[in-house]
Amino acid sequence: MIEFRQVSKTYPDGTAAVEDFSLTVPSHTTTVLLGSSGCGKTTLLRMVNRMVEPTAGSVRIDDVDVATVRPVALRRSIGYVMQNSGLMPHRRVVEDIATVPRLNGVPRAEARRRAMELMEVVGLDPQLARRHPGQLSGGQQQRVGVARALADDPNILLMDEPFGAVDPLVRLELQRELRRLQDDLRKTIVFVTHDIDEALALGDQIVVLRPGGRTAQVGTPRELVEAPADDFVSRFLGLGEGRRKLRAAPRPGGGQVVTDDAGRPLGVLDDADGGPSADAGE
Amino acid sequence: MEWILENLPHILELTLDHLLLSAPAVLAAFLLSLPLGRLAVRLPRLREPLVGGIGLLYAIPSLPLFIVLPLILGTSIREPLNAVVALTLFGLALMVRSAADAFGSVEEDVRLAAVAVGHSAGGRFLTVELPLAGPALLAGLRVVSVSTISLVSVSAVLGVTSLGSLFTDGFERGIVAAIVAGIVTTAALALVLDLLLVALGRVLMPWRRPVPRRSASRSAEKGAA
Repeated sequence: MIEFRQVSKTYPDGTAAVEDFSLTVPSHTTTVLLGSSGCGKTTLLRMVNRMVEPTAGSVRIDDVDVATVRPVALRRSIGYVMQNSGLMPHRRVVEDIATVPRLNGVPRAEARRRAMELMEVVGLDPQLARRHPGQLSGGQQQRVGVARALADDPNILLMDEPFGAVDPLVRLELQRELRRLQDDLRKTIVFVTHDIDEALALGDQIVVLRPGGRTAQVGTPRELVEAPADDFVSRFLGLGEGRRKLRAAPRPGGGQVVTDDAGRPLGVLDDADGGPSADAGE
Repeated sequence: MEWILENLPHILELTLDHLLLSAPAVLAAFLLSLPLGRLAVRLPRLREPLVGGIGLLYAIPSLPLFIVLPLILGTSIREPLNAVVALTLFGLALMVRSAADAFGSVEEDVRLAAVAVGHSAGGRFLTVELPLAGPALLAGLRVVSVSTISLVSVSAVLGVTSLGSLFTDGFERGIVAAIVAGIVTTAALALVLDLLLVALGRVLMPWRRPVPRRSASRSAEKGAA
């Protein structure tokens, strides 16, 4: 469990990135920090592994104040995935994935073996192991980033817009894979994004942030969509502009065609109650 | 040509002297520039005073420096150490700026990622920043290597033996072949060291070599499948 206790971050020039922010991130779940740029979400994320020190308040992991843990040791115990993968241009994929186990004293051969395993876990062709990151596609690089973060089996995974820089199709695929991984691994994930669809797809708990790191609303995806706390959240989710207002109309072949507010088709709804022609479309 | 053939052992000896003066100076300038260059990136306010200040060393005319240094070092003017120190200072004047630029060229994302995975400050410097600054460091080092080798010759005027002695002797005694041999050998030495540095760079920084297009795209397809 990760707890933010009334943390603030004020920079020497007086700008407040985060003000009096409190949050509990339950273990083994995914919490998404959702907000537009400049809302302090990355600052909050980096407070967990002490890449940013709060100017007030504390961050606690399983009731231990992170300020009491050596930063280097702390970071080696927490997975971190960043946008643009943050891979080492001079290291081969397998070496990069093995970084944290190596830093934690795992022998080279063992670390490599684990790295190869992880490549498989995140869906990478083992033949890419000897490549340098410059020779991979954006999606492959992000997979390597995820594998590196998981390499020493940390309890906590911090993800800073990890899929922000890849094209939409690859992003959807990576999101799907992350959900699959999380079903197996059950890490405590803090995931930063400005993409509402990504937040709804991945979060068990979503924190909508206003500028200055103030919480607008905390809830499950369903709670947010069902009962947005105010106009800000509603606008952020796109509820006001009809993006999430759906209509259903009967389909000749059975079931319902679902469209958005503007009438663009989104998909087909089967008659869930086993209506007369539920399987007609199959 | 005849003169050169007759004096070949002498020329080779001078080449070795030349190398023993320049190589330590290049190495020392390189090693000293690393912490200074890194410091300049870490403390941006210090950058210009540091890089600019040390760069000004290059403005000191070389001959007076060779003469003044013994007074500071307590060496005699003909001692090789004297020449090596002077050459190191000139090399440093060039190399500090290259080093500051090289460390400044390491991408912030990569540096942050190195912090995030838990490298210690020292480990980050040695295993991430230094190799990534490598290509730009190498470029600077090549300039320093060539300029140092040509600069060594000046010390011959003071009586420190090097390939420069071929100019001074050749000039005094009116042997054109000696002067030509001095020029050609100095240039050849600079070229050989430069090629060695390039080769060393290839070995130490293999990630810079582009992979053949065909094999890269083939594996990318496989990866996507």
